[in-house]
Amino acid sequence: MRSRRRGLVGLAYLAPALAFVLAFTVYPLGRMLWMSLNSWSLLTPPRFVGLDNYRRLLHDHQFWVSALFTLEYTLIITPILIVGGYLLALLTSENSPVRRLARTVVFVPVVIGLGVSSLLWYWLFSPDAGLVNKVLADVGVIDEPALWLGVSAQRSNLAITASVVWKVIGFGMILFVGAIQAIPHEITEASLVDGAGYWQRVWRVILPLTRRTVLLVTLLSVIGSLLAFDQFYIMTAGQPRNETATSVFYVYLNSFPYLKLGYGAALSVVIAVAILAFTVVQLLLTRRSEA
Amino acid sequence: MTATLERTRTRVAAPRVRRRPAYLLGAVCLAICVVMLAPLVMSVLASLKPTAEAAATPPTYLPHALSLDSYQRLWTYQQGLPTYLTNSLGTALLTILVTLGLTVPAGYALARFPVPAKEPIFVVLLLALIVPYQALLTPMFLMFSQLRLTNSLLGLAILHTTIQLPFSLYVLRNSFAAVPRELEEAAVMDGASSWQMLVRIFVPSAVPAIVTVALFAFITSWNEFLGALVMMSRSERFTLPLILAVSRTETSLGGTDWGMLQAGITISMIPCVVVYLLLQRYYVSGLMSGAVK
Repeated sequence: MRSRRRGLVGLAYLAPALAFVLAFTVYPLGRMLWMSLNSWSLLTPPRFVGLDNYRRLLHDHQFWVSALFTLEYTLIITPILIVGGYLLALLTSENSPVRRLARTVVFVPVVIGLGVSSLLWYWLFSPDAGLVNKVLADVGVIDEPALWLGVSAQRSNLAITASVVWKVIGFGMILFVGAIQAIPHEITEASLVDGAGYWQRVWRVILPLTRRTVLLVTLLSVIGSLLAFDQFYIMTAGQPRNETATSVFYVYLNSFPYLKLGYGAALSVVIAVAILAFTVVQLLLTRRSEA
Repeated sequence: MTATLERTRTRVAAPRVRRRPAYLLGAVCLAICVVMLAPLVMSVLASLKPTAEAAATPPTYLPHALSLDSYQRLWTYQQGLPTYLTNSLGTALLTILVTLGLTVPAGYALARFPVPAKEPIFVVLLLALIVPYQALLTPMFLMFSQLRLTNSLLGLAILHTTIQLPFSLYVLRNSFAAVPRELEEAAVMDGASSWQMLVRIFVPSAVPAIVTVALFAFITSWNEFLGALVMMSRSERFTLPLILAVSRTETSLGGTDWGMLQAGITISMIPCVVVYLLLQRYYVSGLMSGAVK
């Protein structure tokens, strides 16, 4: 009886958060599914069209351009972030002052906004006023200012990847440092006595013992990259010819400037489903590490 | 690395052979620091160049003279910097308030009460972990425009809270669960109500977790771009990242005002960097518990 009363009191404490999530996450989720089955714009009343939006999507050239470009970006940036972040973690995981300093500094760009860092790199990569071209010209690599952003999709991807690596590499590094420092000392010492060289130790001892964190950071990086928007919106605005418009960018274009909300919702559903698979694996992984 | 290989064979000579790579690696660390800091430092320096120098092509590396011209132009750009700062700061503070207001009681309930259907409720509360908010923006925009929550700081704060809620709930639940039972029992003896216990025992014991939650809510809201872009259409409601994104192309006849843009970037970065350096411990521990557990 008493415990039942306590249960109800607990429910009362939960009620505001539960109501909030029902209103602002569950309801929009249901509405998104419903909208995706309708022809829906702000200008005309919604009309039920079944799976038409999804059928249309299969033949939508720009949908595929965006999906493939996003995938390409993800496949390029993820290995750089993982390998680079891991090397930085190996370098800085010992607790000497200079390594601690390096860890703190590498992490600084993680805390500033992606939008703001994209604006910063938009300036650095700008043809005439940017320092990237200035440095390249001064060392004699280029004679004419190079056009980094919005002219060639490949080169834009390269420049944006460089800027995002700078911005987020510290995130993986910090998690890797945590995992490496959690390895018991006896294990590393035992491998020292065995006479294993440094890279042998990394390969045979450190890497296997931090494998779960590596997988986790990989998943987080894949999810983050598949949802990329700010950096492309700010640095290329999708140019040239929407070739650098990522999937989320394409949803944005359909839903807001074009006001094709039904079609935008169908695109959102596709993205949500694609992300879902990765997220479930990530959650299963973290559940296991807790046990 | 050859030196490290040698070391293992002749253990007596180890300390001496080891020194060289240690210095080398220290130098590598410092070089990395320089590379990582260079873009930030160059941006801050560019914001301090006088008007003509800030617009120079090709650019100068270091300012030949220091001036606050760029900040002055930013101060009066469109609706003026104070408006945008107020919007960004207001949204961030509202996000902290709403997030804590919802997740402190909810975390308390999940940690200490025999709530019926606790597991399913917890899963629903964590739903935002599985559905990215980027995918929900289309229906949310429609809903918010019916509720008149577009172009509203509270509306944007609600959106930012949905992003931040699962992490906050998780951190607070764990922190409340770690409060010793004895403290609670003593309070029960004194006849304290559950609310009094929350205020007098649980909240004071969970201060580090509350700081972590507030810190992450602030950083998320202050930096968030896409949601603000969708929800705010009137220029007097823009947050700082939005107005800066506008200014990157549309400034004056002379093209982008680079000096002013750098001034805006500097101002946006300062609170994040300061808060990070002051609360580094909370930041890193929050990151670990959020991502790894």
